[in-house]
Amino acid sequence: MLEIEQVTVEYQPRHGPATLALQDISLKVVPGEFVVVLGASGCGKTTLLNTVAGFLAPTRGAIRLDGNLVQGPGRERGVVFQRHALMPWLDVLGNVEFGLRLQHVPRDARRQIALECLHQVGLTQAAHRPVYELSGGMQQRVGLARALATAPAVMLLDEPLGALDAFTREALQITLLELWRDSTRIFVFITHDVEEALFLSTRLLIMAPGPGRVIHEFDVPFSRRFAAQGNARAIKAAPDFIAMRERMLDLVRHSAAGGLQ
Amino acid sequence: MSAPPTTLTPSKPAAGQRAAPLRPYRLPGSGDSRAISILTLGALLVLWWLATHLGWVKPLFLPTPEAVLHAFGDAMRGHTQGDIALPEHVLISVARVLGAFLLAVLTAVPVGLAMGTSRIARGVADPLIEFYRPLPPLAYLPLIVIWFGIGESAKVLLIYLACFAPLAMAAKAGARGVALEQVNAAYALGASRWQVIRLVVFPAALPEILTGMRIAVGFGWTTLVAAEMVAASSGLGQMVLNASNFLRTDIVVMGIIIIGALAYAFDGLMRMLERRLTPWRGRV
Repeated sequence: MLEIEQVTVEYQPRHGPATLALQDISLKVVPGEFVVVLGASGCGKTTLLNTVAGFLAPTRGAIRLDGNLVQGPGRERGVVFQRHALMPWLDVLGNVEFGLRLQHVPRDARRQIALECLHQVGLTQAAHRPVYELSGGMQQRVGLARALATAPAVMLLDEPLGALDAFTREALQITLLELWRDSTRIFVFITHDVEEALFLSTRLLIMAPGPGRVIHEFDVPFSRRFAAQGNARAIKAAPDFIAMRERMLDLVRHSAAGGLQ
Repeated sequence: MSAPPTTLTPSKPAAGQRAAPLRPYRLPGSGDSRAISILTLGALLVLWWLATHLGWVKPLFLPTPEAVLHAFGDAMRGHTQGDIALPEHVLISVARVLGAFLLAVLTAVPVGLAMGTSRIARGVADPLIEFYRPLPPLAYLPLIVIWFGIGESAKVLLIYLACFAPLAMAAKAGARGVALEQVNAAYALGASRWQVIRLVVFPAALPEILTGMRIAVGFGWTTLVAAEMVAASSGLGQMVLNASNFLRTDIVVMGIIIIGALAYAFDGLMRMLERRLTPWRGRV
C-alpha cells in the first residue's frame, strides 16, 4: 500500500515569500489501483509525483510504501518520464537492462528479463536498435520497459504520453491498461488530458493550483470496463464517458481559473 | 448535448495542375565543401609557384615549391644540420605530442569529471586551472626548465600542461551538462552515486570530452615548437628552429607543412573516433 500522509511542499526562493507547491495532500492507494492525477499546469501534480519518486523531500508529512518511509529514489518505485530520459549510448536492450545491471544481475538472467519486458510493451523486434533512431512512441515504450524491468511495486508516470500524437497516444494507453490488468502493481499517472485521465483511471484526483491541493476525487469505471471487454473506441464513445468527460473539463477549467485569482 | 449529424464528403483533388519544378530547400551553408577546399589549395600552390618564379618575392623570404620539395628529399636522406633523417624528427615529435596528450587524457578527464560532480573538487581545481590556462606556454617555460632541467620530461610536461586545461574543462562542462532526467532515471532504478557518475555522467560527457580531446591535441602541436626550443637535438620544432638560424627558408617551410599535415591527420583521426564512439551526438 502506498500512503501519502499530509504532504506539504514549500519552495523557498532566495528572495521573497515561500510558495506552497503542495498543501496537506493525503492519499492511500492499494495494489491494483490506477490513480490518475489531473490538473492544469502549475497545480503541483509533477511536484507530487516527484515527492513519491523521492526526487524531492516533502517539507512536512511523509510517504510510505508498504510501511517503509520513502527517503529518496528507489527501485521499488519505477518512474517513466515526460521526456523519455533514455541513455542514447545504450541500445534498446541495454536501456531496459540498465536497472538490472546496477543490481549486478548476471548477464543471461537480465537479458531474459529485459526481453520479457520488451515483449510486454510490444517492442521485441527493436531490441538491438539504437534508441535515438526510434519514434517518440517507441521511446516511451522503452522507458516503460526499463521501469518494469526492476519489478517495482509502484509505477510513477509523469505525463509520459504528453508529446505523442493522438493515435500513438491511444495505442500506449491500451498498452498501459494491459500492463495494469496483468499485475497488482499500483499505477500513479500524471496528465492534463481529461479523456486520457478518465480512460486510464480507477481513481481520479483533480488538483488545483495556488496552493496545490486535491479538490475532487472520483471512482472511475472505464479502465475496469476496458479490462473486461476491450474495445477502447467503444468505451470512449459511450454516452456516460462523454458526459463525465464534459463534467471533468468544467471542473478543471474552474480550478485553473480559481488559481489565477 | 449532441451536435447535428454532419456528413463528410471527400473533397476532390484538383485536376490539371502541373507542379513547377522544385528547387530543393537547403539551409545556408549546407552541402559538401571538399572540392572547394582542394581547389583553394591548388590555387594557392599555383600562386606560390608564380610568385617565386616571376621574381615577385626573393627566395630568401619564400623559396620555390621545388626548393621545398628538394629540401624534403634531402631531409629524408638525412642531409640536414645534425644529420638526423626526417622520419626520425617526425617520430620523436609525434612521440612527445602523443605521450603528453595520452597522459593528459588519463589525468584531465577524471579531474574534469570530479570537478563536474563534486563541489569540493570544483572548488579546489577551478581557480588553479583557470589561472594557468590563458598563460602562453613560453611564459612558464623558463620555470619548467629550472625545475625539471632540459631533458625529455620538461618537453613532455610543457605539452602535457597545454593539453590538460582544455581536456579538464571539456570533461567538467560535459559532466555538468548531463540531463537531470537521465540522472534521476538512474537513481530511480537504484543506482548509487558512484554508479551514476560511471554509467550516466561519464558517457553523457563523452561527446564533450572528445571535442576537448580534439582541441587538446591541437594545442599539443602548437606547443611542440616551444617545447623543442629547449636544448633539443631532434624533433620537427628543433629542425625548423635550427634551419631558421641558418636562413634555410626551404627547410623552415617544409617543416611547417609537415607539422601542419600531421596536426591535420590527427584531427581527422579524432573526428573518426567521435563518429565511432558517439554516434548519437546531435541526434537526441
